[in-house]
Order: sequence, then structure tokens, then C-alpha cells
Amino acid sequence: MIMRKPVAALLLASMAAAAFAQAPADTRRSGFDDMSPALQAIQMDDFANPAALWLAEGEAQWNTRTGSAGKSCADCHGTPATMRGVAARFPAFDTTLANVIDLDAKIDDCRTRRQGAASPPHESRARVALEAFVAHQSRGMPITSAAEPHLDASVAAGARIFRQRMGQIDLSCAQCHDERAGRHLAGTAIPQGHPTGYPVYRSEWQAVGTLQRRLRNCLSGVRAQPYAFGSPEMIALEAFLMRRAAGMKLETPGVRP
Amino acid sequence: MRAATLSFLLLAAATPAAAAGYTVVGDAIPAPLEGAIGDAARGRAIVADRTVGLCVLCHSGPFPELHFQGDLAPPLDGAGSRWSAGQIRLRLVEPQRLTPGTIMPAYYRADGFERVAPAFAGKSILTAGQIEDVVAYLSTLRGAK
Ligand code: HEC
Ligand code: HEC
Repeated sequence: MIMRKPVAALLLASMAAAAFAQAPADTRRSGFDDMSPALQAIQMDDFANPAALWLAEGEAQWNTRTGSAGKSCADCHGTPATMRGVAARFPAFDTTLANVIDLDAKIDDCRTRRQGAASPPHESRARVALEAFVAHQSRGMPITSAAEPHLDASVAAGARIFRQRMGQIDLSCAQCHDERAGRHLAGTAIPQGHPTGYPVYRSEWQAVGTLQRRLRNCLSGVRAQPYAFGSPEMIALEAFLMRRAAGMKLETPGVRP
Repeated sequence: MRAATLSFLLLAAATPAAAAGYTVVGDAIPAPLEGAIGDAARGRAIVADRTVGLCVLCHSGPFPELHFQGDLAPPLDGAGSRWSAGQIRLRLVEPQRLTPGTIMPAYYRADGFERVAPAFAGKSILTAGQIEDVVAYLSTLRGAK
């Protein structure tokens, strides 16, 4: 008995040490990691990636003077390189707007308030192209999600929505993406649902689309009423997904089937 | 090709609201819903159509013509050897009663969903008649798996 105690203590101590020594393996996988090598090659090839057309349009917009202010993005920001890292930290709390907003909303804020230009409809080619071009500047950078009270509240709201069963099919995001990732919904492997590639070119859309468009597809899939573009619920889901993916690398523009 | 899985869920025909109640006895609903008489051939068509029954999104089964079947649920093969018609009926109508928290949808439930899309509000996934067709079909699935 007496002999055993130190052994147990030792064991416990060494177990604790081991736990410290090997941080739990990161089992997170981007949708990219589970795509076919052929599709991965298309995403990685800047010429074969169909999103290249959108990036070129976005770059043209970056340099075009427009709106009542007659200014281009470049007039205020300079080279696109100044956008490096920006997409990796959105959604973020915007002090001027006193709200948590995503990259799309930030770009639209510049467009309307600083350029004095009209805001193109959600998912329109012009709107998606500029967001894709800006996000592309952060390709390869790890996602960072700031610990900030307003953002934390939005992340928490997103986490609640993620676990809420919804629609006539009565499923939650978590039931597919946390609990059944890697298994198959009919022929489709369920991804973990990370936002790493967005905006992505998706074959089913024959277009580049935003993360919000993807989330609306999943919501319609369970026959739930999708949240409106730009709604607080959408931003909350995006904020939650970005925190869940913190440290993973941005791939924009991703390619998805 | 395989990409449209989720949108398939959208396309299904709208079904009128489930009206009548049902009586659970043990782990079964012995009586047909709304007195409907099932037809196994129609039932097979419903089960194999992922825009109507949705079953093969999650289950596999004896459908050699279908290339893409789900693996989120036990195979349907042999369901008729494992369960009586009444037991199958309860598993379609109120699976949560047997497995709390299951992802198997309640096919006869018409309300109480969160944020259900307007096109499906007040409707069950299948009608009583369609559920009886599916019960009739699953009852024909004999043999092991
Ligand atoms: C019934 C299962 C299911 C539910 C519920 C579901 N999804 Fe999905 N989701 C999928 C599948 C399958 C795909 C990818 C395949 C495809 O193209 O349809 C996907 C794709 C995604 C992606 C894109 C991942 C990538 O690599 O491009 C994100 C992000 C996502 N879902 C988030 C969500 C969120 C948030 C919710 C809840 C609002 C949700 N999903 C609900 C099945 C589901
Ligand atoms: C969203 C996923 C999903 C869909 C769609 C679905 N099921 Fe299921 N089903 C399940 C799961 C998971 C189980 C296992 C029950 C549990 O959770 O323990 C199950 C169980 C069953 C069982 C009992 C199986 C057994 O041997 O114990 C039957 C019968 C069944 N389902 C038939 C059907 C039919 C017929 C349809 C379509 C009309 C259907 N299911 C649609 C997920 C699904």
C-alpha cells in the first residue's frame, strides 16, 4: 500500500508531463484536404483555377476610380499587398459602424461611404469578384480571430445557431459537420465545414460565391428558412466558423465540387 | 455530378399537413395511418428517390441502380425480417421515441420545427399514404445484412 502511493503519484506526474509534451493533434481538415488530387491541382494552379476570371475583375475594380468621390481602392490603400492578412481576421468589430461585420460588409462600407458608389447586390459578380481579390491577398496566412468582447458575443451566438436543429429535416450544422464529417450524405463526403477557401468557385454554381451563399445552401438543404445576407445571424455563423478554424490557412480562391 | 446532394432535398413535392393522430403500442404503431393502404412498388420508388423519401441520403439499401447512397444510418436491407409493419411505422413516424436525439427525421410530423422554410411550413415530409407505401415496401425486404 505504502509502496504503491509514490508509484501512482509518479505515474500521474508523468501522464501530466506527457499531456503537456504532446499537445492534442490538430484533426481539423479543410475541404481542400479531402478533395481529389485532380481538383486540388486545379485550385493550386492560378491559370486553371476558374476563379482567376473573378480575381482579374476584382483587380480591375481595385484600380478603377468610381462613385461620387471619384476614388479607387488603390487611391486610399495603395497596392493590393496592403490587404495581406485582412481577410484572415474578419469578421471583426468595426468601431465606426459599432458592429461586428464581415469582409463583404467592410468592402461595401468603403464602397458606399468613401467612394460614394452604389452597392452591388449580394452574390453579384462585381461584389464577389472584389471580395475574392481582397481575400486572395491573404492566401496561405493563418486565420486569426481576435478575442474581443463584441466578437466573442457574436462567436457565441454563432455557436448556438451551429448546434440548433433546424428546418423540416430537423438537423443542426453540428450534427453533420462536427459529428459526421467524413461520412457520406448520399455520394457526398461531409466536410468539417471550414471557411478556409471562401469565396470559392463551385462547379454546382458555375460561379464564385461567398461563405454566406454556401451557408444558405446548407440551410435550404435541411428545408430551413435561410438567414438573409448580411444578417446578424449570418455574421455570427461566419464569426463562429472563423474562430473554429483559427490557425488554419486561408486558400482563397478555393475550388469545390 | 455528386455536388447537388443538398439541393435535392429542396425539390421534393409539397405534402399536405399530417392530420390525424396515431396510437403507439409498445415499440410499434399497429394501425395504418389514416387507414391508408400501402403499395410496395410505390414505396420502393419513394425510398429510392432522394428528392421524395430522402432515405438514401442517409441509408443504403438494395438499389443496384443508385450509385450514391449514404452511410449515416444502418442499411435498409432486411428491415422486413427485423421489424413488423407496426414497428417500421413507428420508426418512420416518431423515431425519437426509440432513439432520443437521432438524426432520422420524423416523417409524419408537420409542426414544431425551428425556422422551417415557408414552402414546407405545416407539412410533413411524407403523407400518411406515402408512409404506408414505404412501410409496405420495407416489409418486403427480407434476408440478412
Ligand atoms: C445534412 C447535412 C448538413 C447540414 C445539416 C449542414 N451541412 Fe454544411 N455541408 C454539407 C455537405 C454535404 C457539404 C459539402 C458538399 C456539398 O457541396 O454539398 C457542406 C458544406 C459546408 C461548408 C463548406 C465547406 C468547404 O470546404 O467548402 C460549410 C462552411 C458548411 N457546410 C457549413 C454549414 C453550417 C454553418 C450549417 C448550418 C447552418 C451546415 N453547414 C449544415 C452538409 C450539411
Ligand atoms: C437524415 C438521415 C436519415 C434519413 C433521411 C432517413 N433515415 Fe432512417 N435512420 C437514420 C438513422 C441514423 C437511423 C438509426 C436510428 C438511430 O439513430 O438509432 C435510422 C433508422 C431507420 C430504421 C430502423 C433501422 C433498423 O434496422 O434499426 C428504418 C426502418 C429507417 N431508418 C427507414 C428509413 C426510411 C424508409 C427513410 C426514408 C423514408 C429514412 N429512414 C430516412 C437516419 C435517416
